[in-house]
Amino acid sequence: MKGQYKETIRVDNLVTGYRSKKGDIVITRDINAALYSGELTCLLGPNGAGKSTLLKTLTAFLPPIAGSITVESKLLSEYTDAKLAKVIGVVLTERLNINNMTVKELVGMGRSPYTGFWGRMSEYDRMVVNESISLVNIGNLRDRMIQTLSDGERQKVMIAKSLAQETPVIFLDEPTAFLDYPSKVEIMQLLQRLAREKNKTVFLSTHDLELALQIADRVWLIDKPHGVTIGTPEDLALNGDMSRYFRRDGVIFDMESGLFKICHELNGSVCLNGTGPRFNMVRKALARRGIYAAPDGRKDITIDTSGENYNINGHSVTSIAQLLDRVDRLLLKNNV
Amino acid sequence: MSRSKTAVLMLLSGLSIVLFFILNLLLGSVSIPVGSIIDILLGRGADNMIWTNIIMKSRLPQSLTAAMAGAGLAVSGLLMQTVFRNPLAGPSVLGISSGASLGVAFVVLLSGSIGGVALSKLGVIGEVTITFSAIFGSLLIMALIAFVAGKVRGNVTLLIMGVMIGYIANAIIGVLKFFSAEEDIRAYVIWGLGSFARVSGGQTMVFIILMCVLLPMSFFLIKTLNLLLLGDSYARNLGLNIKRARLLVIASSGILVAVVTAYCGPVVFLGLAVPHICRGLFQTSNHAVILPASMLGGASLALLCNLIARLPGFEGALPVNSVTALIGAPVVMWVLFDKRRNEV
Repeated sequence: MKGQYKETIRVDNLVTGYRSKKGDIVITRDINAALYSGELTCLLGPNGAGKSTLLKTLTAFLPPIAGSITVESKLLSEYTDAKLAKVIGVVLTERLNINNMTVKELVGMGRSPYTGFWGRMSEYDRMVVNESISLVNIGNLRDRMIQTLSDGERQKVMIAKSLAQETPVIFLDEPTAFLDYPSKVEIMQLLQRLAREKNKTVFLSTHDLELALQIADRVWLIDKPHGVTIGTPEDLALNGDMSRYFRRDGVIFDMESGLFKICHELNGSVCLNGTGPRFNMVRKALARRGIYAAPDGRKDITIDTSGENYNINGHSVTSIAQLLDRVDRLLLKNNV
Repeated sequence: MSRSKTAVLMLLSGLSIVLFFILNLLLGSVSIPVGSIIDILLGRGADNMIWTNIIMKSRLPQSLTAAMAGAGLAVSGLLMQTVFRNPLAGPSVLGISSGASLGVAFVVLLSGSIGGVALSKLGVIGEVTITFSAIFGSLLIMALIAFVAGKVRGNVTLLIMGVMIGYIANAIIGVLKFFSAEEDIRAYVIWGLGSFARVSGGQTMVFIILMCVLLPMSFFLIKTLNLLLLGDSYARNLGLNIKRARLLVIASSGILVAVVTAYCGPVVFLGLAVPHICRGLFQTSNHAVILPASMLGGASLALLCNLIARLPGFEGALPVNSVTALIGAPVVMWVLFDKRRNEV
């Protein structure tokens, strides 16, 4: 498997931004990086960090201010629109506003770079379209009109379109925005699978930090002060880059899980005994209330989760809601 | 929609053209027996010279003009709606028909004040002059729009620019009217009402030949138009040169409007309405279907409108523009209501 990770895109001293009459507006400078086939790479960063600008530059929608982008060992600027259409496929974040077009027709548009003057599809084109549709698991939507689809379904159709385009590289701008959590996971897993099975270079921007950190082979962190930093999610976690990029009040990076956690200000303390999920849940619920709960907490309130019910200072309660209620009352009494 | 259903609808549109065309020949303020009409059309001549004149010099050219103009306007409207991704776009939005009006206004209104001869009294020479000035006016505006299209990025920006250019043209016409003789203003207003019967004899042939060349050329745009439906970014990612495509589509649409307006005056509504009707009926936005459908639908609807304008009682006095809107608007509303799922 190792051999298939081939460098498809190389970025050298890239400066992204917008050109205007009054002078260039630089968004991000000095990006040196590469993307590899068979890998899913996520671009992470806060709003306004320059994610979209970078993506637009890499897809040639926007010219770079300086530096070079090499795609399949040829400069991006040397590609014509028609040639590039066979190398890079995009899925955009804008909601597609098309009526009276079936899923099959839309996926078929992905074959446009290959069809002739009249846009007639060959037997092979039809086969690729069908294969793309089944790879994304939307065979049941084949004859549905686009306007009747949900946001998640539309996103999958557009992914199928980029598959039909048969490009080695797929760029996606926030493909998981506007989706519910299960759909987000589904899309991410789908993209990961495509990268592995079809040996595609998949590069996407997203705000779904947790998901990206769990599923991405490589992460590009981007923001204004630090520029771009690249690595596996694990390396970036260990060397502290992750917490550097997303430092905010109330958020901490948890080294144990490699994920971000909301950090609660704690101003109370109880003694909590036990193990397992029930212990963890009680601990979590109390943390939300700003109460520190651990075996070394203050002994005037003692909670035991090891029995069948929750035991608090000798009283038995059946749910965490009741438990919280009781803790509140006890704390109030102790303070007075 | 299945292939066979599309084919049946297409066939029905074609048949409706034939039907309305025949009715256009049959009906009129003078009633002529069917047998005589067939004789006249086959060149066997009829005993009544007046009947021959009515059919060959009035009804036949008028019907042909209506069918061609309707098809041209519908195609032009479809192209505009696709390129601007705006359901309200039509042949008149970019000021191209205002350009034609401006050209006509210049010659009609100024001929009297400057040349001392009312153009409206010059017969065929007057007609040709009007046609050329209309084409010249609309091509001038179109060149302006094409220039702007190369400079601005957004579609909406371009649309607004077009509307503004239209306003300027109309304002200039207003100024010209102020300085013109009443007789000339009347001639200009009548031209502005639109008519499929304005052109005579040999000019009809020129118009029909022009349309027979221009209409099939729009088929070359099918792939481009389908890609434009996806929006600029997706279309470009699929290898389309957006600026060139936009220019090509606007130019094709503009030339069609220019020619139709030059010969028939500014006929409103057909260009806006027909694409909507076709999208509603055929339930597709694939231009390989909707383009020929609009062509057939436009011809059919124009013939129907012409028929109504000439119904006994109106004596051809009803302006085509009133009929197109009166017939077209309810049809569009009906299609949209009936197929509520297919929002624009």
